[in-house]
Amino acid sequence: MPFQLDKKEMMIRTLGKFVDMTSKELPDDVMNKLTELRSKEEKPLAKAIYDVMFENMDKAKKLSRPTCQDTGVIQYFVRTGAKFPYLGQLREILREATIRATKSAPLRLNAVEVFDEVNTGTNIGTDVPYIVWEIVDDSTNVEIEVYQAGGGCSLPGRSIVLPPLAGYEGAMKFVFDTIVDWGINACPPLIVGIGIGTCSNSSALLSKKAMLRPVGTSHPHPKAAAMEKKIEEGLNAIGLGPQGISGANSVMAVHIEGMAHHPSVLGVGVTVGCWANRHGVICFDEHLNYKIISHKGATL
Amino acid sequence: MKKILTTPISDEEIQSLKVGDIVYLSGTLVTCRDEGHRRVIAEGIMPKLPMDRIAIFHAGPIVQDVEGGWKMISIGPTTSMRMERYEKEFLAKTGVKLVIGKGGMGAKTAEGCKENIAVHAVFPGGCGVIAAEQVEKIEDKEWPEFGMPEAFWILKVKEFGPLIISIDTQGNNLFEANKIDFHKKKEVALKETAQEIVSMIAKS
Ligand code: SF4
Repeated sequence: MPFQLDKKEMMIRTLGKFVDMTSKELPDDVMNKLTELRSKEEKPLAKAIYDVMFENMDKAKKLSRPTCQDTGVIQYFVRTGAKFPYLGQLREILREATIRATKSAPLRLNAVEVFDEVNTGTNIGTDVPYIVWEIVDDSTNVEIEVYQAGGGCSLPGRSIVLPPLAGYEGAMKFVFDTIVDWGINACPPLIVGIGIGTCSNSSALLSKKAMLRPVGTSHPHPKAAAMEKKIEEGLNAIGLGPQGISGANSVMAVHIEGMAHHPSVLGVGVTVGCWANRHGVICFDEHLNYKIISHKGATL
Repeated sequence: MKKILTTPISDEEIQSLKVGDIVYLSGTLVTCRDEGHRRVIAEGIMPKLPMDRIAIFHAGPIVQDVEGGWKMISIGPTTSMRMERYEKEFLAKTGVKLVIGKGGMGAKTAEGCKENIAVHAVFPGGCGVIAAEQVEKIEDKEWPEFGMPEAFWILKVKEFGPLIISIDTQGNNLFEANKIDFHKKKEVALKETAQEIVSMIAKS
């Protein structure tokens, strides 16, 4: 069926270009927040760093180069309708799109094959690109979020399962310790994602989901939204500043996602995103018409 | 006025630097990170390039092969702390005067900087395009077997920076001092935040 092949190729091309673009332009939510935080800095060193960051983003766009040399391991979060017609081919499409973007951008070769510990030289390896699948409804549309998981910003990530007595107090200690002990090298200002669940993996995955939520949004549950604000204030009071040089703020945002959990435990996950937070969201319908959500006005 | 260090860098120039100073580098800069440090110290193998009075960069670049050489696409610092184990000996053995990376380094490196008259500086992370534009030429590459991020890339740079001095020759350590301050502030902020959140939950 040549028609099918064309469609597949079409989607590969679009996604390849989209991944390429996300390595070079930060999404609107991150740009807006960085602009706001920059204007609040008064310390000369912190200001100097923000100046370089913005100059860098300008140059990246103009010269069409990845903003950060660590273009990460490529990860996809697929939120699909059950009837999206190319679902069965999507894994292969995402893999191929990653290869294309790696060549065109070019992206750094960041896939080290497990056990053999040898760089594959293609940015592709066992389960890389990493894909998280979520069936959200019965529609024919799919929303794909790409994230470039750098080494420095992946390093602080961790999860813990706390005994019941530790409770939310223990969870807060875990979050604050993680950010202060490990956040400095993750290129602040950070996006902090917190996941509350039962076991280590459910909390970790939720924390990633939280980190990826657009900056400027808050959790629909009023208590969770209040917690997000409170923790953000608390972490900002520490004043890590850009690059940990010390400054007016530490974070761009704190997001929490949670699920009902087992009564005798509280799982807590923390995922950190760096200032160069390269995430992008694109939607396709069943005809493969697409819409870019994360970068207004972007063209592929 | 921009303060520019030019390789070979003299001891006097290094001694005049204080933590928090912003400087730029012109001359020879080589990338050397985990594997490079391991090779020099643990395996005792030196690169062909003499490293006396030059600068090293804890960095892994994106390099494109072009006719007759390479093109620097993007280069930026990686976490310096990973090299803490080896850096002091590395400075003594190589005569490197300027170590550039991301985040601070520890007490052992600070000792090494004092003894060997060297400094550590940070280049803002995530600013790989600016740094790449300041690389005039990739002169050579050693240890290609380490792969693109870990190879020993020999670069000619012009006014490379801004570099913020984070460890000077008097034993001052900007990031270690910050850390103490951050930990103090954390204790206060954590207590307040945890209290409010616990009471928030208890209300239901
Ligand atoms: S933490 Fe982010 S900005 Fe910093 S070097 Fe890594 S990928 Fe780049």
